[in-house]
Amino acid sequence: MEMQVVQRARETFLTGKSRPLEFRVQQLKSLQRMITDRQGEIATALKQDINRSQYDTPLLELIGLENEISLAVSKLAQWAAPRPVEKSLLTIRDQVYIQPEPLGVVLIIGAWNYPWALTLQPLVGAIAAGNAAVVKPSELSEYSASLLKALLPRYLDQELYPVVCGGVSETQELLRQRFDHIFYTGNSTVGKLVMEAAARHLTPVTLELGGKSPCYIDKDVDLRVACRRITWGKFVNCGQTCIAPDYILCEPSIQNRVVEGIRQTLLEFYGPDPKSSPDYGRIINQRHFNRVMALLDGYTAALGGQSDSSQRYIAPTVVKDVPPHARLMQEEIFGPLLPIVTVSDIDDAIHFISEREKPLAIYVFSSNKKVIKRMLAETTSGGVTVNDVMMHYTLNSLPFGGVGQSGTGRYHGKHTFDQLSHHRACLVKSLGM
Amino acid sequence: MASQSEVIDRLRATFRSGVTFPEQFRMTQLQSLLSLVEENEQLIQDALHKDLHKPKFETVLSEIQITLNDLYFAMENLRTWMQPEYNIGKNLATRMDDCFIRREPLGVVLIIGAWNYPLHLILLPLVAAIAAGNCAILKPSEICQATEQLLAELIPKYLSQDCYAVLCGGAEDTKSLLKNKFDHIFYTGSQVVARSILLAAAPHLTPVTLELGGKSPCFIYGHIDIQKAAKRLCWSKFFNTGQSCVAPDYVLCTAQTRDALLPALRETLRTFYGPDPGASLDMGRIVTPRHWRRLMDMLEKSKGKVVIGGESREEDRYIAPTVLVDVQESDALMQEEIFGPILPILTIESLEEGIDYINRQEKPLALYVFSDETSVVTTVLNNTSSGGFCGNDGIVHMALPGLPFGGVGASGMGSYHGRWGFETFSHRRGCMNRSWLLERVNVLRYPPYSDYNLGWLRWATTFKKNSWGGCSVM
Repeated sequence: MEMQVVQRARETFLTGKSRPLEFRVQQLKSLQRMITDRQGEIATALKQDINRSQYDTPLLELIGLENEISLAVSKLAQWAAPRPVEKSLLTIRDQVYIQPEPLGVVLIIGAWNYPWALTLQPLVGAIAAGNAAVVKPSELSEYSASLLKALLPRYLDQELYPVVCGGVSETQELLRQRFDHIFYTGNSTVGKLVMEAAARHLTPVTLELGGKSPCYIDKDVDLRVACRRITWGKFVNCGQTCIAPDYILCEPSIQNRVVEGIRQTLLEFYGPDPKSSPDYGRIINQRHFNRVMALLDGYTAALGGQSDSSQRYIAPTVVKDVPPHARLMQEEIFGPLLPIVTVSDIDDAIHFISEREKPLAIYVFSSNKKVIKRMLAETTSGGVTVNDVMMHYTLNSLPFGGVGQSGTGRYHGKHTFDQLSHHRACLVKSLGM
Repeated sequence: MASQSEVIDRLRATFRSGVTFPEQFRMTQLQSLLSLVEENEQLIQDALHKDLHKPKFETVLSEIQITLNDLYFAMENLRTWMQPEYNIGKNLATRMDDCFIRREPLGVVLIIGAWNYPLHLILLPLVAAIAAGNCAILKPSEICQATEQLLAELIPKYLSQDCYAVLCGGAEDTKSLLKNKFDHIFYTGSQVVARSILLAAAPHLTPVTLELGGKSPCFIYGHIDIQKAAKRLCWSKFFNTGQSCVAPDYVLCTAQTRDALLPALRETLRTFYGPDPGASLDMGRIVTPRHWRRLMDMLEKSKGKVVIGGESREEDRYIAPTVLVDVQESDALMQEEIFGPILPILTIESLEEGIDYINRQEKPLALYVFSDETSVVTTVLNNTSSGGFCGNDGIVHMALPGLPFGGVGASGMGSYHGRWGFETFSHRRGCMNRSWLLERVNVLRYPPYSDYNLGWLRWATTFKKNSWGGCSVM
């Protein structure tokens, strides 16, 4: 079945249907309509999948998606045009330029934590670049997956952009087919399998993975604002965000004030009982619930710690003085647990971060320009936000992607278009000279 | 003799010390590499002549000069390339923020060279790797032993031994080298080996650049100055005895064009190499007996008609510049990249027929069109894909530092040359330095959520057609 779907997408691509700019724009506008018309249903699906509050859905997924579509529609002609290249004396009479071209059939494998944004944003770029795309939403966010499967064919060309649902075996079957690019968002274990499958066909890949994104808090900083921003980023979507601040690094002298700052903010955000707040989410499924709870084993929470397995509820939890070898510090948490690891100073913090795998994001809170400069110069990561968390994701002129274990390739805005295009070097000489 | 892992560990330790990051260091190393090439031209020419029977002219042009040019270009532009990129669109919500893209080194990279241009195919990626602030392991092709030995001797003499190392060896050594973790692997060579490289990279999630090959088609169509076209075609086909990844592999033209082309080719070849190319000092040889045998087999199995050349000599691995006509799609010469001085001509009746044929094959590394008619060039460009394209000449598009050089599909992934190499060996890190101000706008995104806040946030973050970019809260 998967093979036929891919085959059909390829045949349709080869007819040239997806290439004209008008067609791409029309498809993008149609996608825009789908999101606008079906917001309510999307919000309902997300509530069923992950207890997403009705505000978080537009906030966290849909506004960004709509902006990406508007940008692509507005700029497509510019992006798709030949890009002139500096000429030399020898080529002064020639045409020298780079022509972006579609790759062919792209496979997009979405994730479950932001099932709409993370599946459809790559699709926006794929369509804009003139490709066909097979869309494979995550089966863990099953209501969103079924809804997408029902909706997309009603708005987009069914042959060019089919939706394939299913679990591990369907994904494996898809990965056996030949694609011109595979765009995967998820964890590094599966990322490696995707790369391996792609190797057989010499298919290039974009892997948006994760890791433990550290958050360093300098001691001379407005802790009230810092803690508020960190609390928002950590506990939104119940901590299930690839660029959530995974853990805090700070000096022991401010640790208690940090905890207090977070405690006060949590009260402001979710009230005394987050379980009853309409704005606080849940863990996606039982397996992940168990996984996250197991990380707390043997540690006493400084804040939170409560849970309710029947609801897959875990309270916003903070743990102090976490040793570097703790289980909490070995894998990406992807849940509402916030460990604080104490470091002696900025040197120690930089050393700590550099010893570990390159993360998807690094956060540093400081009023000291030297500290910020050093953190930028002496570490590496997919991206950085200074004095806030996650916001670098929101500016689509910044490339979004990982490095090392946190991923390969980048997207957002024009970067998605470029990532899913072939940049063909063209030299057209006259026979005159 | 240090083992592979010892070498890699040493380079990794050096990288972590940060010594390769400053501009001054990179410049010094690039300068040293420049000296390496400039001061050893004769040795390089001798090595390449020994390995490939490469005429001095070709060595200077396609190995020495191209490397020097890339070095000059990198050194001149290094500072600019290293600058954080500030000129990116901001929006209402990020107006007070500092947003920029940093280019950062990746770490320890592995560069695997090829045998057909054994010097530049390993040194150009090295230039890019150094410019981007990485440490690098070079693995030259073992097929060109003289060049391999020369590199192994000269690199440690000129460049920092803690940052750059040459590891020699055959297939087994390469296999074990690939078990280690690298931060990028740059490979030039064949598709078969490329697959195993990707499979070795996958468990480490190592990004890879693959510069492969394929059958690069050459259209000669419509109104054309057949003499000039023949000259440029011969030059690009028989340079390095056809052993170039971007050599025009085969020609597609009408019977009429073919009939005009053949005498032009004969005349050009006579002008280039004299009546007996085997005696010309400007004609190269096939790299090894095995490769010579492969080409001879293809020629023998071919059902096409040899109209020019066809002579060969096993002792010195010579094959004359050879042209065949009446070659069909199913011919032995049309199943794999030729990589030799054999030029099949396929007859087509229309441009569309030729384009259909090309699109039935894998995407090539290069595509050529010789024609005075703009519509012909445009039609081919718009209806095909290839790594690169050159109209009315061959190969030269790869000598322009402003153009990315790389394949697509089966011909490769990624690109380099000039700034493109620098970007290949860098990580583009998106950075946002948020102001402490505007916390009152930030408040809009915090719980407890309300329709009121959402309304304002929506207004503040929705992309407006005339602004530079979009923003969302998530």
